[in-house]
Amino acid sequence: MNIELLKRMYRTALTIRRFEEAAIEQYRLGNIYGYLHPYLGEEAIATGAIAAIGPDDYIVSTHRGHGHAIAKGHDVRLMMAELMGRATGYCKGRGGSMHVADLKQKNLGANGIVGGGIPFATGAGMAIKQKKTDQVVISFLSDGAVNNGVFLESINLAAIYHLPVIFIIENNHYAAATPVETMNLQDDLSKYSVGFGIPGFSLDGNDAVKIYEAMQEPVKRARVKKGPTLIECKTYRHRGHHVNDPGLYMPQDVLEHWKQRDPLILLKEYLNNEKAEDQEIDLIEEEVRKLIEKAVKFGLESPEPSPEEFLLEISSL
Amino acid sequence: MAEIKYRDALNAALREEMERDPLVFCIGEGIGEKGGSFRVTDKLLDQFGSERVIDTPLSEAGFVGLAGGAAIAGTRPVVEMLFIDFTFLVMDQVANQIAKYEFMTGGQGKVPVVLRTQGGIGNGLAGQHSQSLEAMFCHIPGLQVVMPSTPYDAKGLLKTCIRDDNPVIFIENKKLYLNIGEVPEEEYLIPLGKADIKRKGSDITIVTYSYMTHECLKAAEILGQKGISAEVIDLRTLVPLDEKCILDSVDKTGHLIVVHEAPTRGGYGGDILSTVIEKAFYSLEAPARRIAGKNSTIPFNMTLEKLCIPSVDEIVGGAMDVMNS
Repeated sequence: MNIELLKRMYRTALTIRRFEEAAIEQYRLGNIYGYLHPYLGEEAIATGAIAAIGPDDYIVSTHRGHGHAIAKGHDVRLMMAELMGRATGYCKGRGGSMHVADLKQKNLGANGIVGGGIPFATGAGMAIKQKKTDQVVISFLSDGAVNNGVFLESINLAAIYHLPVIFIIENNHYAAATPVETMNLQDDLSKYSVGFGIPGFSLDGNDAVKIYEAMQEPVKRARVKKGPTLIECKTYRHRGHHVNDPGLYMPQDVLEHWKQRDPLILLKEYLNNEKAEDQEIDLIEEEVRKLIEKAVKFGLESPEPSPEEFLLEISSL
Repeated sequence: MAEIKYRDALNAALREEMERDPLVFCIGEGIGEKGGSFRVTDKLLDQFGSERVIDTPLSEAGFVGLAGGAAIAGTRPVVEMLFIDFTFLVMDQVANQIAKYEFMTGGQGKVPVVLRTQGGIGNGLAGQHSQSLEAMFCHIPGLQVVMPSTPYDAKGLLKTCIRDDNPVIFIENKKLYLNIGEVPEEEYLIPLGKADIKRKGSDITIVTYSYMTHECLKAAEILGQKGISAEVIDLRTLVPLDEKCILDSVDKTGHLIVVHEAPTRGGYGGDILSTVIEKAFYSLEAPARRIAGKNSTIPFNMTLEKLCIPSVDEIVGGAMDVMNS
C-alpha cells in the first residue's frame, strides 16, 4: 500500500471525524439547527470509495452526507457555514446539513429523501454515456434506501443501459431506529445484484483500505461501459440516527465490538504497518484540528442570508 | 404553410432539436420502435438510434429521476410520461428532487429537463387514464407548466422548452393529437409566459388553455350569433402566467369566464379568478365564473365521461349568465 495514499486516507477519515464532532458541538450550542445526521463510525466508506475515483467523477450522497462531501474534497468552511444556514455556505444556507452539494467537485448533493438521490446517479451515468466520456458515478445509499422503489428501479436501469454507476450500500444496520434484519431477510444486501444480473459483493465497511482495493475492479468496469456494480459496506454508527437520537436501541456490546474496529484505528494500524512515523501522524492530527477550528470560526463569522435579497429574488418566480 | 397534425408538429420539434443539439435525448416507455403510444416519437429511432431514443422499463420514478440527473450533468433529456395519471408515481422525483434542485443547491445546478405527458378525457379510458392534473404542478415552486392547444403552438413551445434551462411539465391533450393546423416550414420559437388571443372580442373574456380552447372558440362563435363578442385567450403556458394579457382583456370587456377541463375544486381557474379579483376587481362589471370540470372521478362510460368536462353549451350558458347578471 502506497504510504502517501494511506496518509491521505487517514487525513480524510480524521477530517470527517473531527468535522462531525465539531458540528455536534455547534448544534448543542444552538449554532446549527434542523436535522444533523453524523457519519461517525462510517468514515471508512466515503474515504476508501472516493479515494478510488478521480476529481472528475461524480458522487451522489445521502442525508448522512458530510463524509462523502469531505472525501470528495469539499471546503469544510463552506460546509460548516451551510450547516449554520449562512450566506457563505455551499447552498447559500438554503439546504443545510441534509443538502450539501458542490457541483464543481461533481457532488450532485446530499438528499433529504431516503433513496431520493439514487435516480440522479443513474442520470449522471446516462449523461456520461451520452457525452462518451470515461467518468464514473458513485451512488451512496443506506440500508434503509434498499427498500425504496427507486433503488430497485435505478439499479435495473443502470444495468440495462450499462451505466457507469457504482452503488454503495452503507449498511449501518439501522433505518433510523429500525434494525435492518427486521426489514430484509437477506443477510448480504449486495445479493440484490443477482436479481439484476450485475456483479455485487459485501465487505467490511470499517476498513477503508479494503474498500479502496475492492473498488478497483468496479471502477475499471464502469469506465469501459460494462455497467454497474452493487457493493455493500457493513458498518455501524457510533451514535443514534441524528444528533438528538441517543440510540438507546443500539446494544452496548455490539456498539463496543464495532468501536474496537473504528475506521480510524484500522487506518492507523495500516500506517504503523507501513512504518509511518508517529510524528507524521501527529502532524496530520494537528492540521486537521486547525482546519476544523477554522471551519467553525468561518461559519460563525459568516453573515446570515439577506432577507431583502431573498424576497427580491423569489418575487420573480 | 403546411397543415400538419398536432402529434406531427411535436415530432418535428423533437427531430429538429435533436438534430440541432447532440445533448438532447428522448426517453420513455415504448418511444423507440413503436414510436410512442400517440406516435409523437415516430421514426426518431431510425434517425437517432437507440442511444438517443431510449425505451424504458415501466419504472416511472426511476427514469424521470434519471432524466433529472442527466440534465444536471449537462444533457437535455425529454421524457415521455405516457399518461399524466402516472405522474403520481414519480412525484418525489418531480417535486422534491427536480423542482427544488436549483434552489436547494443555492443556484449551483440547473435542471434542463422536459417532462412531456398528456391528459384529459378521451376514449373511455376511465379514471386512471383521463385526469387533468396541471394544477398540481402549478402549485410546486420550481416547475414551469406548458399546455399547447394547436400544432403551431405545440411545435414552437416544445422547441423553446427543450432549450430552456429549467424543468418544464409539458402537458399535451389526448384529444388533440390528430388535430390539424398550419405550421410554417421555417424555424420559429414561442416564448414561455406569452398567452395567445385566439379570437378577438369586446364583450366578454374567456380564459382557457389546451383542448378547451377549441370548445371555447366554438362557444364564441355561437355567442357571436347571439350578439355577444367574446375574446378567447389561450394561456398556452400556465407557469409562467401571462397576467397582463388577461388583465388587459378584462379591462376591455368587463366580463370574465375561465374554462378548463380539470375539476373546478382546486383547479387553476380559481387562481385566474383570484388574480383578476386582486388586480382588476373594478374592471369587472359582473361576477366572474369558472366553467370547469366536475369534481368527480372520470367514469369509463363514454356518455358519462363527457358530462365531466364543460360542453360548448355549458360554456355558452356560463358566458350568457355572466353577461346577463
